[in-house]
Amino acid sequence: MTHRPVVRLGAGTAVFLVVMFTSLLAISNALPTPRAATTDQQAESIPAQDLIQPAELAKMGKRTSEKPLMIQVGSRVLYEEAHIPGSEYIGPASSPEGREKLRKRLESVSRLKVVVLYCGCCPWSHCPNVKPAWDLVHSLGFSRAKVLYISNNFGTDWVDKGYPTAKGQ
Amino acid sequence: MKRVWALIVAAGLLLGLAAVYHHQHRPAEFASAVHPMAPDFDVTAIDGKKLSLVDYRGKVVLLDFWATWCTPCREEIPRFVQLQEKYGQQRFQIIGISMDDSIEPVRQFYGEFHMNYPVALGGAKLGELYGGILGLPIAFLLDREGRIVSKQIGPTAPGVFDREIATALGR
Repeated sequence: MTHRPVVRLGAGTAVFLVVMFTSLLAISNALPTPRAATTDQQAESIPAQDLIQPAELAKMGKRTSEKPLMIQVGSRVLYEEAHIPGSEYIGPASSPEGREKLRKRLESVSRLKVVVLYCGCCPWSHCPNVKPAWDLVHSLGFSRAKVLYISNNFGTDWVDKGYPTAKGQ
Repeated sequence: MKRVWALIVAAGLLLGLAAVYHHQHRPAEFASAVHPMAPDFDVTAIDGKKLSLVDYRGKVVLLDFWATWCTPCREEIPRFVQLQEKYGQQRFQIIGISMDDSIEPVRQFYGEFHMNYPVALGGAKLGELYGGILGLPIAFLLDREGRIVSKQIGPTAPGVFDREIATALGR
């Protein structure tokens, strides 16, 4: 008679399985979170050196020397709900009208001025506004222009983080 | 003995791969279920008719905040049209609240995308009523009593709303 080996899982084996499971789960958590496929990669093509993180901009706003010219280039409705104090609303830079308003606003501004553009309407990879705005500002010679990097949306990445916020027009 | 160890290693790998798959395919950011009453509102739909949320009490409602310029919204809305067709006979209703600045692009979009549910302009005040609509898309699922049972922020993976709606309908 053939005796089949009886599989008994000892404590060591159980620990091994748990460690392996946990390790793979940890690796999975470190992987980039998947997002829906997008046909708009524009914002992601803005060079990293031309981006400014929310925490950095919040600190810049506290410094009394040389406050940047901040311009929201997205939705008026979202701007009215919440915007960065001192920022101006121009209009969606995805539209020719919005870009023309932006161009006119910057006509009298020194090319050495720090200009910060932001939107926050949608997840970064889907934003239709920041790249056209950056392209325009860059073409006008604003070498110190920055774009506020908003990963998810203005609510999640600015308001919920407790950074200064204003309402209304 | 070697076969036993091979089985143990294989089991561990399978468990780990299952964990990876689950993480990679989880739905988009999902606020934990909260059940406050959805704030009532009165707006005018793009067809000129009055739209009051309270009139939909007794139905499961998907309240979708969107805009014509929002790329993820443009991807979601065809799926919403399908959901309205699928569940519309089971006391389910989608309501679209556009956060556009004006109604003209919304009307054009409505026709272009063959939307089959009521749509109205929202505005900043309605956005504030719902805790601040500071990014799109944002969708609230309401039960038949008008309570918010879920909130989806950002693009959602296909199938998420279908499952949530089916659950809310009590299937």
